[in-house]
Amino acid sequence: MIPAAFDYHRPASLDEATALLARFGDGAKVLSGGMSLLPLLKLRLGAVEHLVDIGRIAGLEYIKEEGGVLRIGGGTRQATLDRSELIGGKYAILRDAVPLIADPVVRNRATVGGNLANGDPANDLPAVMIALGATFVARGCKGERSIAANQFYKGVFSTALAQDEILTEVRVPVPAGRSGGAYFKLKRKVGDFASAAAAVQLTLDAKGAIENAAIALTNAGPTPLELTDAARLLAGKAPDEKLFADVARLAAEKSSPSADRRGSVEYKRDMARVLVTRALRKAVERAGG
Amino acid sequence: MANHNISVTINGAARAAEVESRLLLVHFIRETLRLTGTHIGCDTSHCGACTVLLDGEPVKSCTVLAVQADGRQVRTVEGLEQGGKLHPVQEGFTEKHGLQCGFCTPGMLMTSVALLERNKNPNEHQIREAISGNLCRCTGYVNIVKAVQYAAEKMR
Repeated sequence: MIPAAFDYHRPASLDEATALLARFGDGAKVLSGGMSLLPLLKLRLGAVEHLVDIGRIAGLEYIKEEGGVLRIGGGTRQATLDRSELIGGKYAILRDAVPLIADPVVRNRATVGGNLANGDPANDLPAVMIALGATFVARGCKGERSIAANQFYKGVFSTALAQDEILTEVRVPVPAGRSGGAYFKLKRKVGDFASAAAAVQLTLDAKGAIENAAIALTNAGPTPLELTDAARLLAGKAPDEKLFADVARLAAEKSSPSADRRGSVEYKRDMARVLVTRALRKAVERAGG
Repeated sequence: MANHNISVTINGAARAAEVESRLLLVHFIRETLRLTGTHIGCDTSHCGACTVLLDGEPVKSCTVLAVQADGRQVRTVEGLEQGGKLHPVQEGFTEKHGLQCGFCTPGMLMTSVALLERNKNPNEHQIREAISGNLCRCTGYVNIVKAVQYAAEKMR
């Protein structure tokens, strides 16, 4: 399959890239790793007049922890993140999630920024970043701004990014002591999107009760779904199986998946319930509870 | 729509061509360079038959634009044999019956080569994980794993 014709631009800097995006407006798309965009163009589910390839812009690939923040460059390959010694430990949720995205060969090209900015509710990193309380740095012609991950997703393939903006960095606050997280994903096979998936990140207080928690689901609606009610139910309570079951049931009620080859709405809701339960259990265990 | 002049080092040899923006790397390799060892399978970045090494990393060449490979090193299955001698991975696939129809094999070989260049002594789990983006629909994976293990031993 061959995409419809387009023109290709390879800016050497972010300034040049954002200027091209501003100039071409709706006719332009950012090409990062291309693992979502190129299949879409090949299948002709979408068309674009101008591809702006940010893959050669220096300084977009890094993973570092400084000033209480884990900073991940938007151009960081998922394979690089997977191999980073910085993830795991405090960021066990990332250690869970990254190897579950697509397959290892795809992850050699696919980027963190691409997975987040594409706006596909089936992508895994958005729910994880929402659970981690991350913010995204958007760079446009007029400069930079920060957007909270849980404010970023507006609809299917629709995000808070303006036409000239590029997601250049993800900032994850370093989790407090006694924090833990987990990501559980059900998929039919390697390379598949989630039938259901749950991200949980929580912190325990000195007595072992849950101080705060965040829960988000992948592929359970038009956007990654943050479950604030379910998370609120956890706050201040001692973690136990009864609590996990109540929270997971509420999470399943709030999820709104669509029926497709991966299963019926009822099945996916029930799988969300199971995965939230498992993620809660694992997150508490990792937090030392 | 504008064409682009690209130069790609393929299996150690510099090649230059004028390509359309939308030309896929796999078509550049097969049709422009006439290296037909790289196969097109699913054409949707699932099966991995088109896997080549781009700057040493396995990538699905059906989902990379030729212009994205400009200035890069590409290795294909044709580059594995050196001086009439099969690469240890190729030898492993022969010795351990790692293929039946052979359609997935070029991609399997390239992914396996990259794995062994990164990890000289992978365990079975690591091999299965590394090739999990490459689908085989006839031999199954048991003999492919044995073939990679054979090559690992030979390369140590």
